[in-house]
Amino acid sequence: MISIRNICKSFGSNLVLDGISLEVGQGEVVCIIGASGSGKSTLLRCVNGLETYDSGDITVEGERVDQTGKHMVAIREKVAMVFQRFNLFPHRTALENVMEGPIYVKREPRAVAERNARAVLVQVGLAGKENAYPENLSGGQQQRVAIARALAMQPHAILFDEPTSALDPELVGEVLAVMRTLADQGMTMMVVTHEMAFAREVADRVIFIDQGHIIEQGPAREVLGAPQHERTQDFLRRVTHPI
Amino acid sequence: MAAFAVKDLVEFAPLLAQGAVITVEVFACGLIVATLLGLIWALMRVSGVPVLAGFSKGLINTIRGIPILVQLFFIYFVLPDLGVQLTAFQAGFIGLGFAYSCYMAEVFRGGIEAIDPGQIEAAKSLGMGRAMTMWRVVLPQAFKVALPPYGNTCIMLMKDTSQASIITVAELSFQSKIIAASTFKNAEVFTLVAVFYLVLCVPLILIVGRLEKRFGRR
Repeated sequence: MISIRNICKSFGSNLVLDGISLEVGQGEVVCIIGASGSGKSTLLRCVNGLETYDSGDITVEGERVDQTGKHMVAIREKVAMVFQRFNLFPHRTALENVMEGPIYVKREPRAVAERNARAVLVQVGLAGKENAYPENLSGGQQQRVAIARALAMQPHAILFDEPTSALDPELVGEVLAVMRTLADQGMTMMVVTHEMAFAREVADRVIFIDQGHIIEQGPAREVLGAPQHERTQDFLRRVTHPI
Repeated sequence: MAAFAVKDLVEFAPLLAQGAVITVEVFACGLIVATLLGLIWALMRVSGVPVLAGFSKGLINTIRGIPILVQLFFIYFVLPDLGVQLTAFQAGFIGLGFAYSCYMAEVFRGGIEAIDPGQIEAAKSLGMGRAMTMWRVVLPQAFKVALPPYGNTCIMLMKDTSQASIITVAELSFQSKIIAASTFKNAEVFTLVAVFYLVLCVPLILIVGRLEKRFGRR
């Protein structure tokens, strides 16, 4: 459903994506790992047009992702995004954050949007927090509101850009649990993450990116359990044994 | 110096109060013009459209660089040559409003640019267009950021309405000059005028303070 073919992207003279190709099928959970600066977040941001790419093609259900194209809104309705720093709207309550897209982008009637918004907030375990403002929620709760906000758009896929990297360690679990449930329900997901345990248990496929290239990819147990490439081995050693 | 006469104050107060009413009117009309135009200049400036942004920037820097007094002269004395006749009052509030729109524009731009880019990305990722993002996400937050400098600019505008006296708008300082010139009671008149301006500014300070409290929380 998401098809990335040979994309290149540079910031100035710095080539961050160097000919990456990747297919993500319906219902597939793909985890992208790699050192910071390896290009993994940029790759994700290209998929819903938050970043442009210099060459190659990205298509979502056959529509080309092109910032100047008129399909961009339709693509963003299909592919939701969850950010590292949540990016909730601080001037709106949890419920209003979740209703924002359905009401103002999809033009759903308020009553319908509100009913759905309450339902997705329950789904992410935030019943009772509807009227809380983001600043009064913990990081884990905020990220779950952000996931609810993504879900309310009834996307065909969700992109997660290091969704737990800004969280205190004890709050990571609640967010990963919600993501795991989504994966189990068949949501198509691309997840840039440093949570190797999550990747191992939830991902259908793990991609290791380094210096703008896909170095290694395959089922989680292979890439994480028995990495073939020296750079993957080196990266995993540093992640799992930081001291 | 002659003795400061309290009974003169009582005598001058009603005349000055008439001027104060005009001052408030010039201020209110000027503020509306300044706020609306300022918002337009600010939106043009951050629009990302080079022509609009360039025009706005050029205008702001030009107008800011010309004394308000000179701008008022232009509107009141030069525009009639071009076929635009304005009363002193109209010329006063339009001139002040126009001049202040450039300060307001910078106030609003500051508020808009203070918003975390992540907010705009979140709006984009929901499929919002530029205008919707501005209206639903950026401006409500920018409003809060811009409120304190906006209040400050309002108070400056209140005091700068006195410049309209130069084109014969019969506002507070215009009245005071007339009274002072005819009575020579400079100390009494100008003390009273100072108090009048101060009193006019107090409600503004209170209103802005209340708004900051109300919106400051989020």
